[in-house]
Amino acid sequence: MAKSIDEINLKIRDGSAVVVTAEEMPDIVSELGEEGALREVDVVTTGTFGAMCSSGAFLNFGHADPPIRMERIWLNDVEAYAGIAAVDAYIGATQESTTEGSKYGGAHVIEDLVSGKQIELRAISKGTDCYPRRTITTELLLEDLNQAVMVNPRNAYQCYNAATNRSDRTLNTYMGLLLSNSGNISYSGAGLLSPLANDPHFNLIGSGVPLFIGGGEGIIVGEGTQSSPSNGFGTLMVAGNLTSMSPDYLRAASLTGYGVSLYVGLGIALPMLNIEAVRNSAVRDEDLVTSIVDYGTPRRDRPVVRTVTYAELKSGHVDIDGEMVRTSSMSSFSHARQVANDLKSLVEEGSFTVALPTRRIDTDKRSHPMRETRQTPRVREIMNPAVVTITEDESVKTAARKLLKGETNHLPVIDLQGRLVGIITTYDISKSVLLKGDSLSVSDIMSKKVVVVRADEAVDVAAQRLEQHNISALPVVDGEFHVIGILNAVDLGKLFSRRWQP
Amino acid sequence: MKLFLTIQRDVVKRPLISQVVLETGVLINVERAHIDANEGWVLIDVPEKEQARISSRLTELGVEVKKLENAVLHDEHECVECGACLSICPQEVFCFDADFHLVVREERCILCGQCVCACPHQALSIRQ
Repeated sequence: MAKSIDEINLKIRDGSAVVVTAEEMPDIVSELGEEGALREVDVVTTGTFGAMCSSGAFLNFGHADPPIRMERIWLNDVEAYAGIAAVDAYIGATQESTTEGSKYGGAHVIEDLVSGKQIELRAISKGTDCYPRRTITTELLLEDLNQAVMVNPRNAYQCYNAATNRSDRTLNTYMGLLLSNSGNISYSGAGLLSPLANDPHFNLIGSGVPLFIGGGEGIIVGEGTQSSPSNGFGTLMVAGNLTSMSPDYLRAASLTGYGVSLYVGLGIALPMLNIEAVRNSAVRDEDLVTSIVDYGTPRRDRPVVRTVTYAELKSGHVDIDGEMVRTSSMSSFSHARQVANDLKSLVEEGSFTVALPTRRIDTDKRSHPMRETRQTPRVREIMNPAVVTITEDESVKTAARKLLKGETNHLPVIDLQGRLVGIITTYDISKSVLLKGDSLSVSDIMSKKVVVVRADEAVDVAAQRLEQHNISALPVVDGEFHVIGILNAVDLGKLFSRRWQP
Repeated sequence: MKLFLTIQRDVVKRPLISQVVLETGVLINVERAHIDANEGWVLIDVPEKEQARISSRLTELGVEVKKLENAVLHDEHECVECGACLSICPQEVFCFDADFHLVVREERCILCGQCVCACPHQALSIRQ
């Protein structure tokens, strides 16, 4: 048995379509079987509500008098991209305010516009014969714009890695606060309600399919940026009319230590055309597997700690190495459910019909990493290999002499096997003078907790580490913890100032 | 039940809590404390039925005692019920009910403030 899209739309229009949410579907299929469910159910609605950084809106302001070709535009002090003719801009969700930093950004501008709040526009131009004006400042409401079109390059991820942190430092990430030593797990995604989880082969989801976005109606443009369906990480580019949206489904967020993002509520109604559609929409949280990766490793390819199902993540605790670790979600399941239920009502009322893709999305596509033609400099290239060290049992006086002679402020301390066991600085020596400096040995005054770097790490990682610990040098160690050099903040500073020179 | 004690400089050096524990035989759990030479504050947890006895004895010893109420403020309008706060709270103040709505058990709060930073929507604040 199969149904046509026209049959289903006919039923939607006359109010007789049977619509259920993707959360209700698994039990229906269990009870009626796939054939039975196909006969019974016409449409399955999905929903998700989470941080979607890759969001924004094209805005058209109309012409001023005298006219201006706006080259740079700020909306409530958040810069919008204006390199598109004279009176348009694209406000990106993650762009931060020039005055308020990460507390307010493009996402907040969008939420304020949708909430009916007034926005201040400032723009500058060099002035031309056809556009003589050079500056403009004005206040605008959403209704004053000719068009406000939300276009989100990458939304509705098919799957999202969960995060934990095996390092010994708390991390502030786009996955939220990650406590040290695998203190918690953070995940995102609505699991069984998630649109692409219910159509993993992109049979029903593709270009031209209508969707519910931000509380209004929108459309799927097609493949999202960074989309990688061949390994389960498909994304969608979506568009919608901002004027039809509501702040209940578009919520600006500010993540501590990371920045601004926009929470978007988004749902797709899936027509139950055939057995395959029914089977796919019967997916449960128990079937949806993702990886928990270690964000303590600041590399693109982070190590996978273990795989996990959404059922485990939603239970609140996941076992890592025999310990039950608590989980947090970054996306809202209660709001995702609200989206799926609202969409269900719209379809039941006959005001939201379904459509098949006009163009299919390429499911073989796999996104690849950035091609880098210049290798990021490694610590090895700028470290000082002529590092002066000292052993633990030497006197503080010897240490002071070495520091003066080496014209350095940091002296790594090594044991008899040459392994790093501590560090002393000129500050530690000054402090020891106030005690009884003469009788002390290096091991009495050294700091035992040494922050180190490896020679093959990127200098950017080293710079971040210096800043995090508020220190000015890092001993460079090899695999056996032998000191093979030292990296100074001053050398790093020189490198970065060279790199950013135009 | 949690009590917030403010201890002025004239008594701050005395072992007040130990004294009250010995006198009353009630086990007091010190959850957070900040003491310096001049003054300090201590957050303690005591059994509900012993609260009156502990409070009056501490007051006699010169400690200002306040019951800790509405310690964490939850702005329901800003909150989207994501659950970012669930795993980072040392006291498990936050949890979901069966329908994934956020439940705030504010009586567990020890004012650490971790949730204030962790909330993506700035929906949580701590009473100062």
